[in-house]
Amino acid sequence: MSVLCADDAAATRTLLRPRLSWSKPRTRAIFLQLMVVAVACAIMTMVAIQTAANLRQRGIASGFDFLSRATGFEISAGPLSYSSRDTYIRALELGLLNTLRVALLGILLATGLGLLIGITRLSNIWVISTMSRAYVEILRNTPLLLQLLFWYSLSQALPGPHAALHLFPGVFLCLRGLFLPSLVWHEGYLGLSGALLAFAILIPLVRTRSRQRRERKGRGLPTTLLLAGAAVVLLSAAIAIDRPGLTIERPVLIGFDFHGGMSISSEFATLLIGLSTYTAAFIGEIVRGGFLAVDKGQTEAAAVLGLSRRKALRLVVLPQALRVIIPPTTSQFLNLFKNSSLAVAIGYPDLISITSATLNQTGQAIEAITLAMIFYLAISLTISLIMNFYNTAIVSPERGGHNS
Amino acid sequence: MEAPPGHAQTHHSSATPTLDGVRRKGFVQCGVTTGVAGFSAPDAHGQWRGLDVDVCRAIAAAVLGDATKVRFTPLTAAQRFIALQSGEIDVLSRITTITFQRDVQLGIEFPASDWYDGTGFIVHKRLHVKSVKDLDGATICLSPGTTNEVDVADYFRKNNLKFTPVVIERLEDGTNAYFAGRCDAFSQDRSNLAAVRARAPNPGDHVILSEVISKAPFGPGVMPNDLRWMEIVRWSVYAMIDAEELGLSSKTIEQALASNDPNVQRFVGKTSGFGAMLGVDADWAFKIVKQVGNYAEIFDRNLKPLGVERGLNRLWKDGGILYVPDLR
Repeated sequence: MSVLCADDAAATRTLLRPRLSWSKPRTRAIFLQLMVVAVACAIMTMVAIQTAANLRQRGIASGFDFLSRATGFEISAGPLSYSSRDTYIRALELGLLNTLRVALLGILLATGLGLLIGITRLSNIWVISTMSRAYVEILRNTPLLLQLLFWYSLSQALPGPHAALHLFPGVFLCLRGLFLPSLVWHEGYLGLSGALLAFAILIPLVRTRSRQRRERKGRGLPTTLLLAGAAVVLLSAAIAIDRPGLTIERPVLIGFDFHGGMSISSEFATLLIGLSTYTAAFIGEIVRGGFLAVDKGQTEAAAVLGLSRRKALRLVVLPQALRVIIPPTTSQFLNLFKNSSLAVAIGYPDLISITSATLNQTGQAIEAITLAMIFYLAISLTISLIMNFYNTAIVSPERGGHNS
Repeated sequence: MEAPPGHAQTHHSSATPTLDGVRRKGFVQCGVTTGVAGFSAPDAHGQWRGLDVDVCRAIAAAVLGDATKVRFTPLTAAQRFIALQSGEIDVLSRITTITFQRDVQLGIEFPASDWYDGTGFIVHKRLHVKSVKDLDGATICLSPGTTNEVDVADYFRKNNLKFTPVVIERLEDGTNAYFAGRCDAFSQDRSNLAAVRARAPNPGDHVILSEVISKAPFGPGVMPNDLRWMEIVRWSVYAMIDAEELGLSSKTIEQALASNDPNVQRFVGKTSGFGAMLGVDADWAFKIVKQVGNYAEIFDRNLKPLGVERGLNRLWKDGGILYVPDLR
């Protein structure tokens, strides 16, 4: 009851009296809301009890004991080591990481590409704006599953590993994926970590100096150039001091496949390309809408103040456009993340693929699907949370200040 | 929680919810594949054909006296057990391997096995692979949710070999990826590989390895709440095999009605009253053979044209392992 006291003391006194007055709208509202919650809880409990009874009656084992048993099946690839002797938990973890890997990279790529599409859509050059428009209309108006299957069959038209395209020295492209040389850094981690630490300290230092200088002289330092230079110097110093064993490992065709180096499987590449190009079409439209929403007077006012076109865009137009852009973009990020579950169609071992393998091998459908739903919900909520935080902390504070 | 009426009786002999349901509906709802040639696939006229389909038809002939009174529910590997457990189908006849876990943990009963299979491989001919052991380091395409997935992992682990799986949900997409060369080999039930090869752009480019790395007895599955239904499914399968052994086929069974052989007389329902004991018509087995055929006819009709060898699935007296109890 104490929650209710804050704004309406009189109402609270009425509420605290033994007889609750039915004529008070507030009492009625509380009562009705409690009823709704109670009914919802009762229905959910009944469903749970009935399900448990049905499962028992049909002799179906339930519970999460299966999670600690060995799976017995293999999974092609992932950021964790895994074998068929590992448990279902491990397999699901691997699936989750595979989903996160493709979704996060997809979000980055879709954002970059979407920004490009959105800006080129507004271009005054007819060819460029028409091309962007065609891109948006085609990608946005065909089903994603179809697009994924299209990209996948395109990748399957590449030659096999024995006739792989030798793009650059050590770089091979075939229908199994892209095989690249990898840089292996043996020993000498001390110098590298020292360099990284120094660089981390340098960043705020340079930025503070730049700001101070701007306040004094009206012009800051070329921070990006300075930091890039520092990175090169520090890395060279680390290599010179530590003399680490730096070797380049090239992929080599042994037997059936390429071994060594790095590889990007055609399934991962297909899913990443499919998800990011599809979502970029939507983000492009959101970006275009965001820029169009900023009043033309803002650009004119910035010009009057003597700001260059680049600065006007960065300091005046973009902050206002972002306010319009961020909320719908968040839901596009969520869509991309959830759409990654189409992976199963092209054989990428994502969370849904591993969940359905688990479901098939154990038969514990309710448990496996519940787990997958919890994972998806948790990650979706995390994405929303981060984007909302970004929205309130960085984008919204500028509201009001610039508004005419 | 109170069980709904009809499930209340604990004496399974009197509780026959599935059988009652089938009689009430007037047809058998049968779970099959979404299309695996030879076992269950619709033909050019939309009619379901295959060994698994004929098992369903035999059950309908036994219970309802009419082999056409079957409705088919196409199911993926992932959906099949849920469909059975939820009561959406009366019987699951879908190239399903009988395993301990499916029997004990999923609570599914497998009254009889109707096909003996095992996990095999098809490989690209140009790779010159002669045996499964030559596949060390290979990429293998698989269908998710199958026993093949586990069989391959087990076999490679046991023999200290490595492989990379590519698991694609739809069989067609999986075989296409294999044909394109995404995988060096494709693993499936041995009996299915002939059909896979037949679908290849150039079937001569592919070899089916002779090795079979696992045992896979297939059989129809039912829920354990209806013992009588389970018995009907079991004896429908047995009747098809017994008929072959007795030399009774869809063409000869009319004449067999006049036979003096006591075994034949029992089979066609002239004596002993087995039909009544099973709660179906006296001539239930006669109808199965008349309307669907014996096991050899079913094999010849469905699997032989695909180039599948009968192998283990011959009668015991012909060197196979089909050995079932007689109707006595």
